[in-house]
Amino acid sequence: MSKKLLEIDKLTVSFETDEGVFKAVDDVSFHVKNNETVGLVGESGCGKSVTALSILRLIPSPAGRIEKGRIIFGGKDLLKLDIREMKEIRGNAISMIFQEPAAALSPLHKIGQQMIEGLMLHKNISKKTAWNIAESWLKKVSIPDAGERMFSYPYQLSGGMQQRVIIAMALMLTPDLVIADEPTTALDVTTQAQVFELIKELRQSHTSILLITHDIGVIWEMCDRAVVMYASRIAEEGNINDIFSKPAHPYTKGLLKSVPKLSTETERLMPIHGYVPSPFNYPSGCYFRDRCPQAFDRCKKETPRLVDLGNGHKTACFLV
Amino acid sequence: MDNQSIKQPILEIRNLKTWFPIKRGIMARTAGYVKAVDGISMHLYKGETLGLVGESGCGKTTLGRTLLRLEKPQKGKILFYGKNLLDLKRKKLQEMRKRIQMIFQDPLTSLNPRMNVLDIVTEGLVEYKIIEGNNEAHAKRLMKEVGLDENSIYRYPHEFSGGQRQRISIARSISLKPDLLVCDEPVSALDVSVQAQIINLLLDLRDSYNLSYIFISHDISIVSNIANRIAVMYLGKIVEQGPASDIINNPMHPYTKALINAVPTPGIYKKKKIVLKGETPSPSSPPPGCHFHTRCPEVMDICKNIEPQESKTGMRQVWCHLYR
Ligand SMILES: Nc1ncnc2c1ncn2[C@@H]1O[C@H](COP(=O)(O)OP(=O)(O)OP(=O)(O)O)[C@@H](O)[C@H]1O
Ligand SMILES: Nc1ncnc2c1ncn2[C@@H]1O[C@H](COP(=O)(O)OP(=O)(O)O)[C@@H](O)[C@H]1O
Ligand code: SF4
Ligand code: SF4
Ligand SMILES: [Mg+2]
Ligand SMILES: [Mg+2]
Repeated sequence: MSKKLLEIDKLTVSFETDEGVFKAVDDVSFHVKNNETVGLVGESGCGKSVTALSILRLIPSPAGRIEKGRIIFGGKDLLKLDIREMKEIRGNAISMIFQEPAAALSPLHKIGQQMIEGLMLHKNISKKTAWNIAESWLKKVSIPDAGERMFSYPYQLSGGMQQRVIIAMALMLTPDLVIADEPTTALDVTTQAQVFELIKELRQSHTSILLITHDIGVIWEMCDRAVVMYASRIAEEGNINDIFSKPAHPYTKGLLKSVPKLSTETERLMPIHGYVPSPFNYPSGCYFRDRCPQAFDRCKKETPRLVDLGNGHKTACFLV
Repeated sequence: MDNQSIKQPILEIRNLKTWFPIKRGIMARTAGYVKAVDGISMHLYKGETLGLVGESGCGKTTLGRTLLRLEKPQKGKILFYGKNLLDLKRKKLQEMRKRIQMIFQDPLTSLNPRMNVLDIVTEGLVEYKIIEGNNEAHAKRLMKEVGLDENSIYRYPHEFSGGQRQRISIARSISLKPDLLVCDEPVSALDVSVQAQIINLLLDLRDSYNLSYIFISHDISIVSNIANRIAVMYLGKIVEQGPASDIINNPMHPYTKALINAVPTPGIYKKKKIVLKGETPSPSSPPPGCHFHTRCPEVMDICKNIEPQESKTGMRQVWCHLYR
């Protein structure tokens, strides 16, 4: 078994807003091993991005606060590093790809300029070498006329191309871990297919990936293992085959049934009833309780803990 | 729906073109056109759902808005029960408009934040003088119809979740008992676990109101769950259309094949991945010949210069040189 590259242990993150304080991430633990692609899946607002931002210590302060937990990466607790050490990690060891490509690129600077900055800073190389490396990465992510594109401003590229530039920027630093937060949500279906091919190539090069998505279909296509989140907590975790062939948590089961699949008939679908509650209205006990078709008395009173079903397949539900 | 061919469609679109002028320079000279909808013909029968699929910018919303006369087309006909909507004068048009409604992707921006649900869902009824204002009974009936709590009619849009807001806009759109509902990406902004609820609601309403839908989405898997027929658009044109099951089981156009292949399907390992190269060209300067030729995996020489014509087999139409 390969070693754990990243281990998140009982992470709890809270936010203070006008409406009050709430936990965006509640007692979350999971890990990513070397050479592994792990999918973090769940609906909007369940805490995926906050988890990712915590790893890089990018939680907006003072509104957000990591209340407790450890984030062990390469033997060190990232939550204990000072700013300088953390910067080093962000540039060299962990790269992040965000959902909105526009937000990750500066509108004022040419693509090439933005690309070489990071390289020169973290790799201690000359401008010329950095330029060549950057250009070669643009080619690798299939940007046509890469040499010319180095002189383009972000607005001159389509969303798909911008996202590829960002992927190139993340990869050229040869990180050990790439965190991709909904990297294709803003893109067209056929562009999404292109980006996935790129990410699959990345897997070949022994980089570990934490892929965040709301689309469980994407998890099937891209990942070795999945962590399913619901309302700030982990509902289920396991390897892809276990998650898809024998889902244990009623939420995972509901999600798999409700996702519209390619169909040749117009049949009624099987939705999960009710709506995702706001963090200020989470029910007592199990947060999935008022949408769960199998809820019973105990679910109201106690919070289910993650239980290991064997083979690393875990679920937080009283039914098991 | 076997004897469709002898029935008259409720909607027939003929060679519709909606172009947006590109203005340049101080004189605001027209330097060209974004051909958002460029010669589209399609039809729709009573009780039928036509799914309109294609990627961002291909002209889906523009087509929908043109049907509601929210955009002015350059050319073409929109026959609604045989009458060309584009010829109608104000009064007649007003009457027709009642029978065609539209719902949008983002229910929050399409609902007036300062109106309560009662006023929102009965606005049309009041406007067409079917009821007087502040009619609780009608509002409650509509709320029930779309699966919302009848007692929440005095609440405001921001007090509801995304899925609930989409139900409110559906309630508003069916209030005038329309014949045709244009649904523009109605579930794209919703949580996955809620999307299926809205699709089910639309299926139920189709039956109870005998509604026809034009269902617009970039996601062919969602469309396949609701449409009887599917039309696939690329850069302002339809490239393939036909019965939904035929399109899904046996896509003919290389673009349709790619769209279907790109759907991640849990539990199924794809034998072959189709990954298109390049980007969708801008609709203001589409490539010559077949618009898809710059990305097509099956491109031939002829495709680069000559625009493919329609080939028709049964209910199926495809625009591609592979099927001459
Ligand atoms: N009012 C307008 N003025 C100028 N161009 C416009 C206008 N409305 C739309 N367009 C252009 O027309 C083309 C088609 O746009 P449309 O909104 O119909 O696409 P769509 O298929 O609905 O895309 P999406 O999936 O992103 O909603 C695009 O290139 C768009 O930029
Ligand atoms: N900067 C912030 N200030 C206040 N609340 C926030 C902030 N960022 C995220 N949240 C809240 O934290 C919760 C989890 O958010 P997030 O991790 O972004 O969800 P997602 O799973 O969609 O990525 C949500 O309720 C969200 O509204
Ligand atoms: S703990 Fe209870 S409410 Fe929660 S998922 Fe399990 S059965 Fe359902
Ligand atoms: S006409 Fe040619 S380029 Fe266009 S889709 Fe058919 S084969 Fe491809
Ligand atoms: Mg997020
Ligand atoms: Mg649109």
